[in-house]
Amino acid sequence: MIDHAATGVDAPVSQPAKTFIDSPLGFAKNTINKTLEWFGDLGIFFWHVVRAAVTPPYEFRELFRQLDEIGSKSLPLVALAGAATGVVLSLEARYSLTRFGAKSLLPAAIVFSVIHETGPIISGLVVSGRVGAGIGAELASMKVTEQIDAIEASAVNPYRLLAATRILACILALPLLTLAGDACGVLMGWVTQAMVEPLSLHQFINSGFKGANFNDFLPPTFKTAVFGLIIGLIACFQGMRTQGGAAGVGRAATNSVVLSSLFVILADVVLVKIIIVFFP
Amino acid sequence: MAATDQIDVSTAMKQQESRGNTGEKTGEKTGLPAVAVENLRQSFGSQKVLNGITLTVSRGETLAVLGRSGTGKSVLLRIIIGLQKPDSGSVRIQGEDIAGFSLDQMGEIRKKMGFLFQHAALYDSLTVEQNVAFPLQHHRKMSKSERSDRVRALLAEVGMESHLDKMPADISGGMQKRVGLARALILEPDILLLDEPTAGLDPISSGEIDDLVLKLQHEHHMASIVVTHDLHSAKTIADRVALLNEGNVVIAGSFEDLQKSDIEFVREFLKHS
Repeated sequence: MIDHAATGVDAPVSQPAKTFIDSPLGFAKNTINKTLEWFGDLGIFFWHVVRAAVTPPYEFRELFRQLDEIGSKSLPLVALAGAATGVVLSLEARYSLTRFGAKSLLPAAIVFSVIHETGPIISGLVVSGRVGAGIGAELASMKVTEQIDAIEASAVNPYRLLAATRILACILALPLLTLAGDACGVLMGWVTQAMVEPLSLHQFINSGFKGANFNDFLPPTFKTAVFGLIIGLIACFQGMRTQGGAAGVGRAATNSVVLSSLFVILADVVLVKIIIVFFP
Repeated sequence: MAATDQIDVSTAMKQQESRGNTGEKTGEKTGLPAVAVENLRQSFGSQKVLNGITLTVSRGETLAVLGRSGTGKSVLLRIIIGLQKPDSGSVRIQGEDIAGFSLDQMGEIRKKMGFLFQHAALYDSLTVEQNVAFPLQHHRKMSKSERSDRVRALLAEVGMESHLDKMPADISGGMQKRVGLARALILEPDILLLDEPTAGLDPISSGEIDDLVLKLQHEHHMASIVVTHDLHSAKTIADRVALLNEGNVVIAGSFEDLQKSDIEFVREFLKHS
């Protein structure tokens, strides 16, 4: 894509975009073309990032900085979201299970719900909101102020320095954040139960994890690495292809959050099915 | 001088010899120009920005590229440093054709080049010192203290030694240009590309930047291409000028050639500058 602001050349006058009311067929055609173009560009971007990531020099210092930025600084938010989920699950499950006379299954219901689905998806969505917006806005701002061009002009590969480090940090941080979110969810699930009737943490854990094995725990936790890939990739892609000044930065941040959240949810559907098939 | 899109290389080589260059660096040994652009074409949609530009610049020589806004001067610099691919034509850096180079191959070429962006493009999350140290950190193996000494020495050269810890947002436009210039020079490039180094600055700051470019040019003997609207600046720092209009080089030669020209566009340009 041509950055007309950077080149100092006026953008050519383009035809106004067709609206659905003007021409439904033209609008549909235009939308399909743009969608295919977006996926094509995303594929090329991903290829550049993979090639940059696997060839030296490796940007370890920037990777650790991003792990701190993406991982450590997201921890309070993910822990809080996990804790809130644990409380809500505990309240809802208690009400439902008591009605069906299955109150003894309450710890297991909370633990399985948290580690199987709510923990991973809540962590994914919270990180896509916080980190997706952050990466999208930061890189977009760098793009419109020619800082990314300046990196490239300094003979540093921006795919390696900016994109690969952020994407890798997202991939590594998400499973760890999910573990923290799961732990907070289970803990607060117990606290909520213990406030209603006496139950020790030991009893709660024993009862909750009874019959659980690694297949219940590892695949759902590690599927969040895929969420990390999606969040990092889409946010970096949206940020680094931004055009159009402050408005473009705003659009990039919004699109990063919306698209990464959407693709995290869609990926979850596919991954849950895969996990059920391969880790029954 | 008649309108031409080919700049006389021999004149530049003579100027270079008269400056007493040592001829140690690549390109000069073989007599190749530092930058050679041939028949460069670039369009954006139906808009032709560069329409077959041919230019050469030798080591130790400064070429000022003049022209109206939107005539593709910045595009020319971006193509030379490989930030943009031309539709057709070739760019040779010290004899190497950069067409088809990968990002990493282009990186090797870019280590020989310094680029000052129009708005300096300093990294806003880094301090002045870190901005200048950035290329060194990535391309030179040296201790932290060695790196710091070198950065401080260069910042002293551009008069910014007392602003090391400031963030780019906390310094003026003129100061940002100086820091940008220091960053462009930190790897001791053979080729320096300056995009509007005095744009948006007051006359005193513009003069200071011009003097600085001249001084550095004299000390480092680089090949420089300066894109500018500022006729006074071009006259001060350039050995030759090339005036662009509608994607073509209208005239190329010395500043005196420009002033003596009877080409309508040249006279119009000089009248309004």
